[in-house]
Amino acid sequence: MIELSQVVKTYQAGLATPFTAVDRVTLSIPAARLTVFKGPSGSGKTTLLTLIGCMARPTSGRIHLHGLAADALPHLAPAEALEITSLPERFLTAIRRRTFGFIFQQFNLVRGISVLENVLLPTYPTGEDPRAVEARAVARLESLGLARHLRSSVDRLSGGEAQRVAIARALINDPAVIIADEPTAHLDSRLSEDFMGLMSEFKDAGKTLLITSHDPIVYDSELADLVVEMRDGRVVSET
Amino acid sequence: MRPPLQRYRNILDFALSSLLRRKGRNLALISVYTLVVFVIASLVFFVQALKREAHELLAQAPDMVVQRMVAGRHDPVPLAQVEAIRNIRGVDEVQARLWGYYYDPVFGGNLTVLATEDAALAPDAIWIGQGVARSMRVKEGDLIPLRGYDGQSNLFSIQKVLPESSELVSSDLVLMAPKDVRALFHFPEGLATDLAIQAGNPRELPTIAAKIVELYPDSRPILKTEILRTYEAVFDWRGGLMVVVLGSAVLSFIIFAWDKATGLSAEERKEIGVLKSLGWESSDVLLLKFWEGTVISVTAFLTGVLLAYAHVFFFSASLFEHALKGWSVLFPRFRLIPALDGYQLTVLFFLTVLPYTAATLVPSWRAATVDPDAAMRS
Repeated sequence: MIELSQVVKTYQAGLATPFTAVDRVTLSIPAARLTVFKGPSGSGKTTLLTLIGCMARPTSGRIHLHGLAADALPHLAPAEALEITSLPERFLTAIRRRTFGFIFQQFNLVRGISVLENVLLPTYPTGEDPRAVEARAVARLESLGLARHLRSSVDRLSGGEAQRVAIARALINDPAVIIADEPTAHLDSRLSEDFMGLMSEFKDAGKTLLITSHDPIVYDSELADLVVEMRDGRVVSET
Repeated sequence: MRPPLQRYRNILDFALSSLLRRKGRNLALISVYTLVVFVIASLVFFVQALKREAHELLAQAPDMVVQRMVAGRHDPVPLAQVEAIRNIRGVDEVQARLWGYYYDPVFGGNLTVLATEDAALAPDAIWIGQGVARSMRVKEGDLIPLRGYDGQSNLFSIQKVLPESSELVSSDLVLMAPKDVRALFHFPEGLATDLAIQAGNPRELPTIAAKIVELYPDSRPILKTEILRTYEAVFDWRGGLMVVVLGSAVLSFIIFAWDKATGLSAEERKEIGVLKSLGWESSDVLLLKFWEGTVISVTAFLTGVLLAYAHVFFFSASLFEHALKGWSVLFPRFRLIPALDGYQLTVLFFLTVLPYTAATLVPSWRAATVDPDAAMRS
């Protein structure tokens, strides 16, 4: 479970024009379930996910991971709660690498290198055996129907293919939590349905899924266990 | 515990792949960088090689040369002084030398004419240096006319062209019999141009010099060490002059490299953000940028040094010869003995590689230490 308590994120705090993107959010997100964050642009969905995913620190408030970061910090007991907002950067990075897999709205693939290299990027600093990692990446890409694109440059992929590469990259370190930011924003309806099919598989595999979206295909899906509606940085409803 | 070596290797592989992605930019940078290293390394190698060459050749020079001064100018020395100086304690040998300069109006250069008592020299024959042979387009067996003091031509046959190995000091040399030198220049009998002195113990040379001056107050003794020092000063001065001329080029490179190295493009900043979001630590990003900078600077350094080595030792520094080698219009053409000085290479390495590597790390450090989401939004 991920637990947020009075989380605030203010940009340019202390300057003339501070902006509060997330305002006193208190929330419990269940593990191994799909949670959708919906709301208009600027409502704070993406910022909230960057805070949960250890990509930024909140200005105030606490975020606890319950039983999710055991791989990242081996000295923790699996069920132990971990308060992440006060951890040093080194630990945040370890959690980001092991616990979270990110699927970005713009995919954020590194241009000029191959599909396989993109998928392997998160593994480079781990120093794992390259043959084992590559075998894992190839298997994952094959399962996503990208076997023939392994050595192709990512610049030549269609939108749907690029997103599947981003999914393979998010999964390469076998994270417990997958965070997807507006994943269907650049996909047509059929590809969006395909994406939700993949999410269903990951949910069945026990992954915790956090998705921001204002696409009804996502937030009206039967797969969604919890839909959190946000506006002006605050949670307005949980269904 | 992650295997650190594999981590280094993975990040190095990715650094190489990143460099290839920006081929155009990096090739331009390496080319300019290589050019700068090449020019500076050529200069350093060349000046050092010349100094070493001069040292080796001057090792056979006399320990001391004694000239006579009249009204502050060099004047012929009476041969009567030879015996008197030979009697000074510590002097092994005194040789009266007869030499002078001959201006050839045809190719506009000065020749150094030196008398030799070598028995191998045939009557009315001369030995000439490589530079003289090249400039006059003559070879062994040819006849050349030299204009005497009275305007009359004196014909000499070329018996020998001196070997290339001594060209640094013999390029403009013409060796002939003493009687021919006197006839050519109308040099009076009983006088010599200067005296060459050998001493058994070099530490006694200052004392011998003092005694000579005491004996002949109008004489000027010049020690070999002073000649060596003069050579060093001349080559250092020439080298320094080149450095000043090249200064503007080096400065341009520094501005260029600084601009290229310090200005992270928006794409690079975003890439750093993506890498951090994927679980790269700041130290991983810095290692990546360090490898990129190191590959560029070490490639440029090694290429520049190798090209400079070939330029100086295989092509006789053809780009610099007019600035560094010559006197008059007779440039000696000789092949320097290849040698590398570890100290100088190290200094060159630190002066070229370290500043560039440091310049690449500063902006990367700035980008790598911000939160990944900030880097991605920038």
